[in-house]
Parts: sequence; C-alpha cells; structure tokens
Amino acid sequence: MKILVCVKRIPDPDESLKFAGGGLDYSASKWVPNAFDEYAIETALRLAEVVGGTQRLAEVIVLGIGPESQRQQLTQFLAMGADRGIIVDADPDKLDTATVSKLIAAVFKKEACDLLIAGKLSQDNEGGQVPQRVAGLLDVPQASFAATVEWDQAAKALTVGREVDDGVEVKRVPLPAVVSVDLRIVLPKSVKNGSTPATHAYQEGPRLASLKGITMAKRKPVAVLKPSDLGVAVGNNEQVVGVAAPPLRKAGQKVKTVEELFDKLTKEAKVI
Amino acid sequence: MSKVLVILETAGGQIRPHSLSGITCAAEIARATGKPLHLLVLGAHPDAAAQAIAAAGYGAAAVHTLAGPTLEPFTAEAWADAIVHAARTLGASVIGGTASSTLRDALPRAAAILDAPLVSEVVKVKSGDTFVRPISAGRALQDQKVNAGTFFFTARGTEFEHAQPTGAVPVQPLAPAAANTRGAVVQGVQKTESSRPQLTEAKVIVSGGRGMREGANFKVLEQLTDLLGGALGASRAATDAGMVPADLQVGQTGKIVAPELYFAVAISGAIQHLAGMKGSKTIVAINKDAEAPIFQVADYGLVGKWEEAVPRLVELIKARKGAA
Repeated sequence: MKILVCVKRIPDPDESLKFAGGGLDYSASKWVPNAFDEYAIETALRLAEVVGGTQRLAEVIVLGIGPESQRQQLTQFLAMGADRGIIVDADPDKLDTATVSKLIAAVFKKEACDLLIAGKLSQDNEGGQVPQRVAGLLDVPQASFAATVEWDQAAKALTVGREVDDGVEVKRVPLPAVVSVDLRIVLPKSVKNGSTPATHAYQEGPRLASLKGITMAKRKPVAVLKPSDLGVAVGNNEQVVGVAAPPLRKAGQKVKTVEELFDKLTKEAKVI
Repeated sequence: MSKVLVILETAGGQIRPHSLSGITCAAEIARATGKPLHLLVLGAHPDAAAQAIAAAGYGAAAVHTLAGPTLEPFTAEAWADAIVHAARTLGASVIGGTASSTLRDALPRAAAILDAPLVSEVVKVKSGDTFVRPISAGRALQDQKVNAGTFFFTARGTEFEHAQPTGAVPVQPLAPAAANTRGAVVQGVQKTESSRPQLTEAKVIVSGGRGMREGANFKVLEQLTDLLGGALGASRAATDAGMVPADLQVGQTGKIVAPELYFAVAISGAIQHLAGMKGSKTIVAINKDAEAPIFQVADYGLVGKWEEAVPRLVELIKARKGAA
C-alpha cells in the first residue's frame, strides 16, 4: 500500500493580516504547515504503523508543491514519520486550483498510489476543492471531511465517517481512493488499521517530531519534479483582483446586569 | 444560449431551505451575464419535488430533473457524473448552488471532470465573472475573477436571501445519465436527533464554549434555546472536549451561521469561531472574562458567570411570556 499526502505551507493564521496595495503582504510572515495537512499526515501514519510492532503496512509519501528551495517545508512531515518526499518545483502563486489538482493526480498515478489523504481545506485560501478535484481527475471514489477511518485490509476498502451538515455519514470506498480529513480525525481512536489493537488510544492531535525523527528526516529522499515531467501544462484561469478587510461590526455596549440585558433585547433590539 | 444551472437538494418532496440561497446567488449571476436561470433536481424519483419547485418558479426558465437509482442516497461520485451530464446536455456555462456539505463534496469533482474553475463560498456577485469570497477565517474578502468559458460556484448560504416564488415554470426531464458511485457505498447517516431547528436555518442560536466545562451544563443553555425556539451551538473548544456532538460546532471549520440573535455563552471568541457567526444580526456575549475578544463583536456584552446569568435570563423571559 502506498499513501500519498499532499501538504501546503501557509502564513501563520495567528498573525494579523497586512493589507497592502489591494492585496495581502505576506513578506514578513512566518510560514507554518496548514493544520489540516498535519492531520492528514497523522492519519496516514496511523494507518501505516502497527502500534506495538515494527511492521509497516504502507509507505507514506509526502508531496509539496513549491519552489525547490523550500524543500525544508517537507522536513517536518518526514520527521513525523513519512518515508519520503516529492517536491513539484513550481511557484504556487502562479498555479490555479485546477492545475494544483492535476499535478497531485499526476504524482498519484506516476507513483501508483492506493490512497491520497489531504486536509479538507487550507486555512489561508479556504478553497476546499483540491481532494475532490483529484478524485474526479483520477476517476476514483472519494470520502470528504473524514472524522473516522477504518481500513479493511482484506477487502482493500476504507469505511469512513464523514462530517456532513446533519450528522455523520458512513461511507465505504474501495481503494484506490481519495480521503479528505476534518478536525476530529486526530481524536485518540479515530483511525483504525486492522493491525494496531482497536483499543489503542493515540495521543490527541498530530504527533510531534521526535529528535530521532528530525535526525532521520535529513537522510530521507526527496525527489524534485517539474510540472513538465508530469505532463501537466501550467495554467491559471483564476485571478485575484482585490483583497479588502471585511467591514467591522460597530462597537457594542456592555450591560451591567441580566435585567439590563433583557431590557435591551426586548425594547432596543426587539429580538425576544 | 448558455445557461446558469443551479443544483438543488430536496427532502420529502420539497426543496431543502438552504438551497434557496444558492438560487438567489445564481439569479444575480444570471442577471450579470444575461444568461437564463435553470434549476436541476437529482434523485431516484425527483418528480414530486421538481413539480413543487416548478410551481414556485423562483425566477427560473425551467426546472430539469435527472432520475437514476444511483443518485440516492447522495454520493459525490454519481452526483458529479449527473451534474456533468446535465451541464453538457443543457449547455450550461455557470453551474453551482449553496455551499452545503453535499455540494462542497460533489461540485469540485464535477468541475475537475469538465476542467473548469470553481469559486467557492461566494458572498457577493460583483459582476458576471468576479466574485467576493472570504479567506483566512473571514479576516479578508477576496475578489476573484475567473477567466473561463465554463465555471462553477458555491454560494455561502448565510449571505444570500432565500429565493422567493415567482410563478409556475415547466418541468423538463433530462435523459438518464451513466452515473455511478465508483464502488462507494453509503451505509447510513447518524443524524444528531433534535427537535430543534437546523443550526443553519435557526433564527436564534445559543452557543456554549469551553467555559461550560462539561456537557451536562449545556442543559442550562438548552432551556434558553427552547424558550426562544432556537438551535443549540458550540465552539470548537466545547465540541473537541466532547461536551456536545461535533455537528453543533459553529466556526470556520464547523457551520457558518447568521441568525437574528446569537448568544455566545462562555465563549472567548477565537478568530475561527468569529468566522462562523459574525454575520449574525444581534450578538450577545456572556463571559466572566471582561477581556475576552468576543466582546469586540458583541452588540450586548455581559461580564458575568453563565451559572447566574443564563438562569436569570430564562426566568425573565418566562415571566414575560407568562404575562403576555
């Protein structure tokens, strides 16, 4: 089994945004991994490893799209436990979502992967499209917004609990497939691979890289590909023509007592 | 002539209310581009719902149906096939609908099959090819222009009014499509049982946060919720801690809501929570920490303990209802 995980770095979402010249100025930003991509790697590692054993059930390949000079963006994921990395050397600002999806699909095919795991969205652009697009391009089934994943090794299928608007949908998909992960995938018992004891409880959240992992990451191979190596023509038919700060809510008022609050709600706002 | 095509969701022979916002967004695109508005109903037996929708019209030229046994229950795989088939058959060049978990799943897949861009979570139509969408947890609004003959969109439900009935239009069935699920099987949906309105449709929402400490304490909020006929919500801190089910989460990674009245109780107001509720008309914050960021967006802020404030508010509302 081969699992591909695509990752993206984003400007630190805890820093305030700098508006400049009709756009956003990220020149002084600290760049961090997209949180959902960390969850995607954690999911892949939980599927691949057997807790209490040394066996590996899958190879985990981490894929980043960006300038080759930024290959260190993959280091953290290799240090967490991914086996190797692939960089597609391109300027992500010049690629549209459709092209990014084509590049990921092309790597998936080239590597003959069985599963793509991706975050459900990036916290900066919030497009929320890439995994579904890749599934469409590959003509394979998809399980979006996964909160739980169970791998049926014998049947080569995954049973996925999906976060939908009115609850959790349970969807079974045969491999190869695409899974996008939601927040709750990193709860202690969200991922079951059929080999790690089902009672095992992971520590919540994506794992931290160990010191040994960090040392080993430097020795793990990272291949560099060009879009042309993948037969993908780089295009861009999305254009950002402006960025603005949203209108601020007008300053509200503090009330001193519940009685005053009740009074305001009934007489001023007239909402109850 | 190319068309604007809206994908609708139905339940029990009726349009699902959230789909009405997508029609409004599409109608604005139709006006901006001069293209006619068409509606599409998918399902195993879409006719009854399509008749009901066609009777209301919603400003469309026609309601199309596409029937197939693989279209129910919903899968992104079969729906994307059907949407692609309908778009090609009808010659639609703008395809979209409300950004529900259903269409957020199916439309990007369909867009990829047609090699078309998709503009997600549109909050405003600037012109026939330029749309405003929030990014970075709603901290910025991006104007995105698409340069393509065919494109897709999803509309943020809270930002568009529900489409209103305009008068009957015809129902036109489409020839069946080869729609298949690629081996995927939906085994069921574990619905969160609730007699309350859906979060995305409620006029009043009472949400609790980390400061509620444990699930049992939400009982106090439920009293206020039910007294006002509202829906119960929660911050990510509360759902992550397992106090209440995950699908009650309001925020960037949960539901985006914009009720008439939103109570944020014991919620500090992290950016990701604000992204999900700051479109609410009136926001009330109750928090014992006077410095909590939630007070910066609240119309009415009360610094105090929820243990005292919420039961007292319930009493006052009950007394008023009793007197009325």
